[in-house]
Amino acid sequence: MMSLEVAVAAAMFVGVVAYAVLGGADFGSGFFDLTAGSSRRGAEMRTLVDHSIGPVWEANHVWLIYVLVIWWTGFPESFAAAMTTLVLPLLLALLGIVLRGASFAFRKYSATLGQARLFGVIFATASILTPFFLGTVAGAIASGRVPAEGVGDRWSSWLNPTSIFGGLIAVGTCAFLAGVFLAADAARSDKVRLAEDLRLRALVVGAVTGVVVLVALVPVSEDAPTLSEGLAGRAAALVVVSALAGTATLWLLWERRYSLARWPAVVAVASVVSGWGVAQYPWLLVDEVRIVDAAGASATLQALLVAVGLAVVVVLPPLAYLLRLTQSEEWSRH
Amino acid sequence: MMPALLADTVQLVATVEPEGLLPARQQMALSLGWHIVLACFGVAFPAMILVMHLRGIRRDDPVALELAKRWSKVSAVLFAIGAVSGTVLSFEMGLLWPGLMGTYGDVLGLPFAFEGLSFFVEAIFLGIYLYGWGRMPPKRHVLMLVPMAIAGVVGTFCVLAVNAWMNAPAGFRLVDGQVTDIDPWAAMFNDQVWLQFAHMWVAAYMVVGFSVAGVYAVGMLRGRRDEHHRLGFIVPFVFATVAALTQPFVGHLLGGGLDERQPAKLASFELADTTESPSPLRIGGIYVDGEVRGSIDIPVLGSVIAMSSLSDPVPGLDEIPEEDRPPVNLTHWAFQSMVGIGTLLAASVSLFWFLRWRGRNLLERRWFLRFVSISGPLAVLALESGWIATEVGRQPWIVYGFMRTEEAAGDYSGLWWLLGTTAVVYAAMTAGAVVVLRSMARRWRAGETDLPSPYAPQTVGERTNTLRSSSPPLRSSEQLRGDPE
Repeated sequence: MMSLEVAVAAAMFVGVVAYAVLGGADFGSGFFDLTAGSSRRGAEMRTLVDHSIGPVWEANHVWLIYVLVIWWTGFPESFAAAMTTLVLPLLLALLGIVLRGASFAFRKYSATLGQARLFGVIFATASILTPFFLGTVAGAIASGRVPAEGVGDRWSSWLNPTSIFGGLIAVGTCAFLAGVFLAADAARSDKVRLAEDLRLRALVVGAVTGVVVLVALVPVSEDAPTLSEGLAGRAAALVVVSALAGTATLWLLWERRYSLARWPAVVAVASVVSGWGVAQYPWLLVDEVRIVDAAGASATLQALLVAVGLAVVVVLPPLAYLLRLTQSEEWSRH
Repeated sequence: MMPALLADTVQLVATVEPEGLLPARQQMALSLGWHIVLACFGVAFPAMILVMHLRGIRRDDPVALELAKRWSKVSAVLFAIGAVSGTVLSFEMGLLWPGLMGTYGDVLGLPFAFEGLSFFVEAIFLGIYLYGWGRMPPKRHVLMLVPMAIAGVVGTFCVLAVNAWMNAPAGFRLVDGQVTDIDPWAAMFNDQVWLQFAHMWVAAYMVVGFSVAGVYAVGMLRGRRDEHHRLGFIVPFVFATVAALTQPFVGHLLGGGLDERQPAKLASFELADTTESPSPLRIGGIYVDGEVRGSIDIPVLGSVIAMSSLSDPVPGLDEIPEEDRPPVNLTHWAFQSMVGIGTLLAASVSLFWFLRWRGRNLLERRWFLRFVSISGPLAVLALESGWIATEVGRQPWIVYGFMRTEEAAGDYSGLWWLLGTTAVVYAAMTAGAVVVLRSMARRWRAGETDLPSPYAPQTVGERTNTLRSSSPPLRSSEQLRGDPE
């Protein structure tokens, strides 16, 4: 029987995974937007990006708020500890979120090409930087650099091997996911040339990300022993699933079966992120605070589970409806 | 007013303890003060669009449908920047106030969780609604606004629950400095939540109603007198009217009992230096060295309004220790600005409907249109003033009677840099929004309906050509419905 504390932590972590998959896919589209080329050549790609994430980016983004809220409500002291220690990468990520969201909305309704280009560059750059900083935050927690009492080192807490690799892997997985989804969108709306282009880029991004993950294993095992132990032990199955799913995605992309490739891509990202969570269990802040010790009042945890239950009933069905619509034929036709 | 505010600022600088407190407060003030305006649009705009869209469908009215469509695009831009500025706030809760969140996070967090849910619902249905134009059966499409409107209301309630809790803490006990016996539901449904929520909810309708009506008043001033402008004016103006006439009552109810709950705040609102029976109503004036200067005093009225009595005195500042007083002048002026502007707006809508009932139409009068065109900014000013009055008036407490604001702030250096950066980013975001919204309006006036984004030089060229070749008249509702993005 799962304890109350762990149930809440699990609910919070579901939010992390959802944000990584859904938010990740739309952060990653910034990579393709930025590298689409000149305004004439890249127009088709940018229109596709706009069309693909336009209806969903705000909803996808709410997962982050969900995670923050559960964290500060369920585990208030550890939240304050992480915030005071990781103030810099969090502020940088926040800056990215602000610039990206605003400029994405502005670009859609720009009057001139000049405006659209300015907003577009801000959107795309911020979309790449934001997951990097969020990745460093994950690395900081996973490598035990957030002290229980807070106010850890402002710089070394997130400028270290685990954090840097965490950031790079976050950027890579976001771009990979986005590539797969954009390729499927392009193929669905019969943009063959664009789908080909995306296929090639996604294959490269996927391969590079895979290599980065493998390379990271060595320094991370030195730098974050508790995490590595967990990854090799309790979370090993998830790591294997992730690797297999990643490979399957690459193969399906290669075979141009775009719509099918979306599923293993989601599994690959979801399982690698879950792998991190399972590997650092039972720690909330690795080597510092366990989940059970970090939890706030039981009455609050119960109330939070009520909120989570409501979310399942109230939020998930319309969210599924929205995602289904955006992945459907009729919404793909312009 | 300025010297008084300056004096308060100096007092603030002189008394703040941790290095991070003052910039943290300014940072919160800037980001929250900015967000609160957009939040109003998230709360009130869906209901106005719903009314307009329903009219369009029921009466097969192409003008109403076109307005609903345009408003939905405006709301998309505002909602997007509201979403990011709201995210800023959720980070700032932890970054700026670790003392508050670390100690009371599990007491006050629950309403935030429900707020997150309602925001989720709103974001999802906004996505469906915006992209549903021309892609969904009209009857189902218009229904997508209903959950948005409801979510806006629930979200307002939740956010105000947290604020009301800070003003009237409930749902926990403090034993030897430890927070125990936490009941998050009692914290959420504290004594003040319903009235604070009502006050803010109505305020949102005032802000959005007057702002949108003002846009069409400007159009009428420039000689645009078509059905589009008439309808675009009257629907938000009706919302604004109901809100402006309701607000004084809600505000008065909210103020009831303030003498017992937060006497220092009430004394500051009323600029009561000493406890007098009966108390005068003080208009204007500043509080310097324990005395009130330059105010216009109306005898007895202070007791009548604040205490609902002919003789009960408003508690005076002299009864409150200096370290427990809020910045008096700022609180007083903010409160009076809110009340003054609110009264002006209520009077103006009353005048409009009264004269209309007598057969005279103020929309023919340029002075009235000019007034309506600044009524939106005035409502925003009243909103900000009201918020300053309640928040600054609560100082020096962040959790009234339990935690002082200085205990909640983090001990950072460099927060001034953060504040500077935030000011620059928010200024840029405001400028971007203004540029984009103005260009949308301009292109709509020029006859474009779909506003394709120019991602390539070619697209721009094509767009200009279609513009030049034909400036299409208003389309029929059938075409509009089948109109793809």
